[in-house]
Amino acid sequence: MIAVEFILSGMLAAATPFLLAALGELVGERAGVLNLGVEGLMALGAAIAFIIVYHGGGHVLAFAGAGLAGALLALLFAFAALGLQANQVAAGLAIGILGQGLSALFGKTYESLTVKGLPKLSVPGLSDLPVVGGLFVQDPVVWLSLAATLAIWATFAFTKTGLLLRAVGENPKAAHSIGYPVIAIRVAAVAFGGLMAGFAGAYAATVYTPLWADGMIAGRGWIALALVVFGTWLTARIFWGACLFGAVSLAGLAAQAGGVELPSQLLASMPYLVTIVVLGIISSNRRLLKLNGVASLGEPFKP
Amino acid sequence: MATPLLSLRGISKRYGEIRANQAVDLDVAPRSIHAILGENGAGKSTLMKLIYGVETPDGGEMLWEGAPLTLASPAAARRRGIGMVFQHFSLFETLTVIENIRLVVPGQARALVARILELGAEFGLEVDPHAHVHELSVGERQRVEIIRCLMTDPKLLILDEPTSVLPPQSVDKLFETLRRLRDGGISVLFISHKLEEIRAICDRATILRAGRVTGNVDPREHDAHDLARMMIGRDMPDPPPMKPAKPGETVLELIGLNYTPDDPFGMPLKDMALTLRSGEILGIAGISGNGQAELSELISGEIRLPFETREQVQMMGEPAGHLGPAERRKLGFAFVPEDRLGRGAVQGMSLARNSLLTAHPLGLIRRGLIAMGEASEFTRRCIADHDVRTSGPDAEAGGLSGGNLQKFIVGREMMLAPKLFFLAQPTWGVDIGAATAIRQKLVALRDQGVAILVISEEIDELFDICDRIQVLSHGRLSPSLETRQTRPEDIGRYMIGAGAAA
Ligand SMILES: Nc1ncnc2c1ncn2[C@@H]1O[C@H](COP(=O)(O)OP(=O)(O)OP(=O)(O)O)[C@@H](O)[C@H]1O
Ligand SMILES: [Mg+2]
Repeated sequence: MIAVEFILSGMLAAATPFLLAALGELVGERAGVLNLGVEGLMALGAAIAFIIVYHGGGHVLAFAGAGLAGALLALLFAFAALGLQANQVAAGLAIGILGQGLSALFGKTYESLTVKGLPKLSVPGLSDLPVVGGLFVQDPVVWLSLAATLAIWATFAFTKTGLLLRAVGENPKAAHSIGYPVIAIRVAAVAFGGLMAGFAGAYAATVYTPLWADGMIAGRGWIALALVVFGTWLTARIFWGACLFGAVSLAGLAAQAGGVELPSQLLASMPYLVTIVVLGIISSNRRLLKLNGVASLGEPFKP
Repeated sequence: MATPLLSLRGISKRYGEIRANQAVDLDVAPRSIHAILGENGAGKSTLMKLIYGVETPDGGEMLWEGAPLTLASPAAARRRGIGMVFQHFSLFETLTVIENIRLVVPGQARALVARILELGAEFGLEVDPHAHVHELSVGERQRVEIIRCLMTDPKLLILDEPTSVLPPQSVDKLFETLRRLRDGGISVLFISHKLEEIRAICDRATILRAGRVTGNVDPREHDAHDLARMMIGRDMPDPPPMKPAKPGETVLELIGLNYTPDDPFGMPLKDMALTLRSGEILGIAGISGNGQAELSELISGEIRLPFETREQVQMMGEPAGHLGPAERRKLGFAFVPEDRLGRGAVQGMSLARNSLLTAHPLGLIRRGLIAMGEASEFTRRCIADHDVRTSGPDAEAGGLSGGNLQKFIVGREMMLAPKLFFLAQPTWGVDIGAATAIRQKLVALRDQGVAILVISEEIDELFDICDRIQVLSHGRLSPSLETRQTRPEDIGRYMIGAGAAA
């Protein structure tokens, strides 16, 4: 019972870095651009945010700075991949490495320093419930991420902006021939992805584990990328995938604390395995893939 | 004559060395269905793209209702009242009909649905606004494109080869729609290679040859023969009668072929039986979507059967169901798929490189390395022998006009000297001169002992060249019918699934 409470109360916070980065990547991929640099964008955002908070700039400014840095680096990717029609995979990897390098450079003198995280806000009434109460005590960024998930879901489901992104991703030629600025739309989507990855990094470094260590993103950007694909480009699935990942990582910790005799490496790899298996099963539905997949993903477009 | 709706004066456009349009003059009257006629590569699609603002002309001027017109983009053209349905559709398959329309037409979804239904009823363009586009037949997709144009209240509607993708019944329906549009005050620019269609529906025809206007006539006053002569600049000889077939050994056999596609939108095939012998042409009639795509992929090897059921497809006397395309080609199989861009040729590669894709065994590869000289030579021969109009082996496949690319692909496959030759829709979008040439070459190959299988929606074409015809309907094949003893009506009955009763 204590383990369940522990998992429920921590799951959303553990999921938030993945969720924010994956939502950003989702928007870019829906428009047809594959940006493999998420890991580096997150690392850069994390460093910038940590430095700002450490020097007393506060979390709002930290997130703004991290988002801006992520968006700018993503625009550099857009310039190479969309402006110069470079290969998206190669350009994304290069930008990712650049982001990680910048992160290490900026963070060098802050190694092992800590900052204060954010206080939690609870939903009055609900947070006193037994067992599930912990779900309703979260820091403000978690609440905002949930709002962002809803907003992005609604954008794809109901708005013309969402339609346009999907159209550009499915058939850029047709979108061009009916008169839409394909490249400009894709650049905007990529910049949004960078912004969200910057936020994700900021959350990881200044709220979730408010401590600086080089390489602290530790592959979370890659998991976010996998979530987008295995979530078949659907906002709701990506959300549940991130939650599942968060829950299984906490379950590992709970098991260790409860004295379960398993090698810690195995426990540490559980979240990856479970997430990939579950999402893999879901995404093996060909009909869903056909309906939701992005037909022009990764392909350069020359107007 | 009243002021023309649209006038072009001296319009020119070149792509590198190719002059796609040269000093073109054109007047489109109000309330007129105006045909643009010409061979493959004559510059018809290019001219339409200029009028719709997709491309900008290098010279000349355009007038719209008497006032000068310059168009920076298709959106600008739409604002002036010009709408276009492209030769290759510009719909988004994963979106619904209404979503596709909302991308072009402003307004509330509910109001748009009402308007779609209203236009549908008025012009005979019924379509379910909430259906996903990938679920629709080609005819329905075209209706969506036309409705999408109509919702912007155009005065001029451009249709680039609208009928080359339609089964015959839908063509009549489309014509009915176009007449109603004209009576409602809209002018239509209409491109087609089928001269009888143009005579049936158009009141004016402008003829292009090699980018220049060579005629401007009332098509109702000329017969198809006359129009063809204006198009190609010489007389069209009638094809010589076919010699009786001398069938030899069995080359392709389907024995109780059953197949259920993975694709939820595919058509399952049931109990197919077919025998094709060398020296004969067998036609598969029927409307696309009845299993044509599945059948052609099963024969080409793009879909393989499991090893246990490999005997259901026999090629050159061997079980071949489990073999992939390359292994089947090694047995002497050649194939022209129905979609030329994507499966038949790679758009961004030169023609010489496209030759390599299937013709590499003919000495175009030496010790694992590409022999570019040989590849170019092969391509040059293909271009010359099959009358492909292009600048040469280095031209990009995507830059060829639709019909010329098709001639190139058919030519490339013929040069492989196959024992079994399979073509899906061999003359889609090919002009009559070239279509006749392709058909004559097929008959010549058959007389040399090649076994030929043709899938086509055009019944006339099948009657022209086939020794036998089988009809594919709802995933089932009819028994084999001797062409000589069969009437088109018999085929029609099998198409609607009532064959046995006849
Ligand atoms: N984007 C392009 N780049 C280079 N050449 C082009 C391009 N588009 C068209 N052309 C060339 O311009 C000429 C006219 O092409 P166009 O597509 O207008 O012909 P068409 O009359 O529509 O032929 P079809 O009946 O085969 O569709 C052709 O020689 C074609 O190769
Ligand atoms: Mg054309």
